[in-house]
Amino acid sequence: MNRAAEEAGARIGARAVDSRAICPALRIEQAEPEQDAARLARLAFWARRWGPWSTPDGDDGILIDTTGTAHLFGGEAAMLARIQAHFARAGLTAKLALAPTRGTAWALARFGPERAICTDPLPALAPLPVAGLRLSDETQLLLRRLGLKTIGDLAAIPRLSLMRRFARAGAQDSPLIRLDQALGRAAEPLDAPEPAPEFAAEARLAEPVVDPSDWLPELLERLCAQLAAADRGCRRLCLSVFRIDGERRDIRVSMAAPTREAAHLLRLFDGRSERLDPGYGFDLIRLAAEAVEPLTAAQPGLDGAAPSGLALARLVDRLAARFGPTAISRPLPHESHIPERAEIPGPPLAAIPAPPARADRPIRLLSPAEEIRVLYVIPEGPPAQFIWRRQTLRVARHAGPERIAPEWWRDRPGTRLRDYFRIEDDTGLRLWIYREGLIHDGRGGAPRWFLHGIFA
Amino acid sequence: MSARPFPIGVAPFGRAPVPVVPSLTAPILSEAFGTRPLTGAAPGFVLAALPPGLVLWVQDRLSRTEFGAPFLPGMGRDLLRLDLTRPADVLAALEDGLQSRALAAVVGEIHGHAPALSFTASRRLALRAEAAGLPCWLIRHAARPEASAARMRWRLAPLPSASDPDDPYAPGDPLWLAELFRARGQPPSTWLVRHDRAADRLDFSAPAGDRKLAEPRRKAG
Repeated sequence: MNRAAEEAGARIGARAVDSRAICPALRIEQAEPEQDAARLARLAFWARRWGPWSTPDGDDGILIDTTGTAHLFGGEAAMLARIQAHFARAGLTAKLALAPTRGTAWALARFGPERAICTDPLPALAPLPVAGLRLSDETQLLLRRLGLKTIGDLAAIPRLSLMRRFARAGAQDSPLIRLDQALGRAAEPLDAPEPAPEFAAEARLAEPVVDPSDWLPELLERLCAQLAAADRGCRRLCLSVFRIDGERRDIRVSMAAPTREAAHLLRLFDGRSERLDPGYGFDLIRLAAEAVEPLTAAQPGLDGAAPSGLALARLVDRLAARFGPTAISRPLPHESHIPERAEIPGPPLAAIPAPPARADRPIRLLSPAEEIRVLYVIPEGPPAQFIWRRQTLRVARHAGPERIAPEWWRDRPGTRLRDYFRIEDDTGLRLWIYREGLIHDGRGGAPRWFLHGIFA
Repeated sequence: MSARPFPIGVAPFGRAPVPVVPSLTAPILSEAFGTRPLTGAAPGFVLAALPPGLVLWVQDRLSRTEFGAPFLPGMGRDLLRLDLTRPADVLAALEDGLQSRALAAVVGEIHGHAPALSFTASRRLALRAEAAGLPCWLIRHAARPEASAARMRWRLAPLPSASDPDDPYAPGDPLWLAELFRARGQPPSTWLVRHDRAADRLDFSAPAGDRKLAEPRRKAG
């Protein structure tokens, strides 16, 4: 019922004939609860533009978690005004309230002032009627009979009395639980539904099976056809099997670049579907595209192969699907003199050319550096002889020291400096060793020696 | 030349002719064996032999812990690094890499004698490398040569480095004794290989004739 009808005298709960007698221009529509609920669910996903998390609330509300997002819209008041304007443009009247708890927001949106913003629940709730506590009709009636009209009245009653009276009541019937939830004393966890996948293909099987691989090529073809029709590509695929014992198992594969190439996607499931636990079998397989991105059709090369930029993305996909996304990396140079920080693992598709090789850096780095036992050391020089894993190595030639100081902005205080030496033993092993610290540098005892790298 | 008797295989007058060096960037499976712990000869040789472009570098866990991980500032190569655990995974990743058109070469490192690296597995890799037209290198740490379908098999031992022009006490350009002990269509040969780091080039020369250079190998072997 809109505001015009209300002003003309129509009331909720009155008979349609009576209302039409009062207001002849009244337009009456059949109630369609299922369609309303579906529209509300869609509206809830649309409302995620203001927060990362939203869910329909009852049959006439939407909850949005706006924690940390208000500043993007110019503050809380501006955000509420903007939300209302957006709903108005869609032809909907929205009553809004912003509060720290779900219960308070619910009450303020329905019984509070226009676009209420509340930081402290209790003073904001106190003047509101008890109906604002999301209670069942029986409990509301009971509270009215007890003379408790506002939430403030209810909050003033000792907890013990309320507890005694409503000990066995559920959340719907207990003013105490509802009050605690509204004031943030009791947690009220909620689940935000995921939007249904836009692109999905399903196979319903007549009999339960235990291996989905026979159905995969056809499902992928169908899914990729859907994606191609919409000029989209996906970066994640979720294969779900619905087991006959009421469980669901998922396999997800990710792609480095959006794609809709069925043959490539099929290879990503190689060896993955065997690890799926089929239980007693499953009778529904669903393949859904997630992380859908726009992807225009690409011109294949003259030899019919995919463009070469894609070849690397395809390889990375296959390796990541097989060995996990953490195994694969592209070392990138990093501005640091500390050797272990001079390269960082970058994303596999990063295209930063490597700097030219430095002759004073080894081609291999041991991680962590291995401690060596020095037998005999030239002062301010490298050891003449040292023991690495019970092998004695005699230093024939050396270069250095190259002093690398700790990075005070990153290292803990007390980190010792390192003096690096390039050494070669008498049989031709070329190694990179360092002395950690100096004698009498006040940062620990005698300096220790480490083997850190291997030269070619 | 000193007055001592000539080593076997060296012509008595002048130096022996340098055996023909096979193409190191041919699209075949090659193996490089390191001779000792802590030597960077095999990775260094492979690194210098790789064609320009993006290289997939796959390591198993033991190679990483015992011989270290590739270090970008020292290598100066654009790598796609894959850190795996089992040798079987390394072989599977190499096969995947050989099917891609984005790479210039693939390199795998396997520590010790892995049952997964059987003759059949090496034959698969060799065929894939030839079909894909990409060089594929296997670096074998702490392993003795066994039956393998690799088209070239190298054994690389470190030698005391060439002298540094700026500092006589510093190690200079790396020198290795490279022994090609099995190759298709080529007799086994041995070279003294110097990696000219300034030009990033491998210089092959006849190995024997210089007692000082040949000595360490006799000691090690």
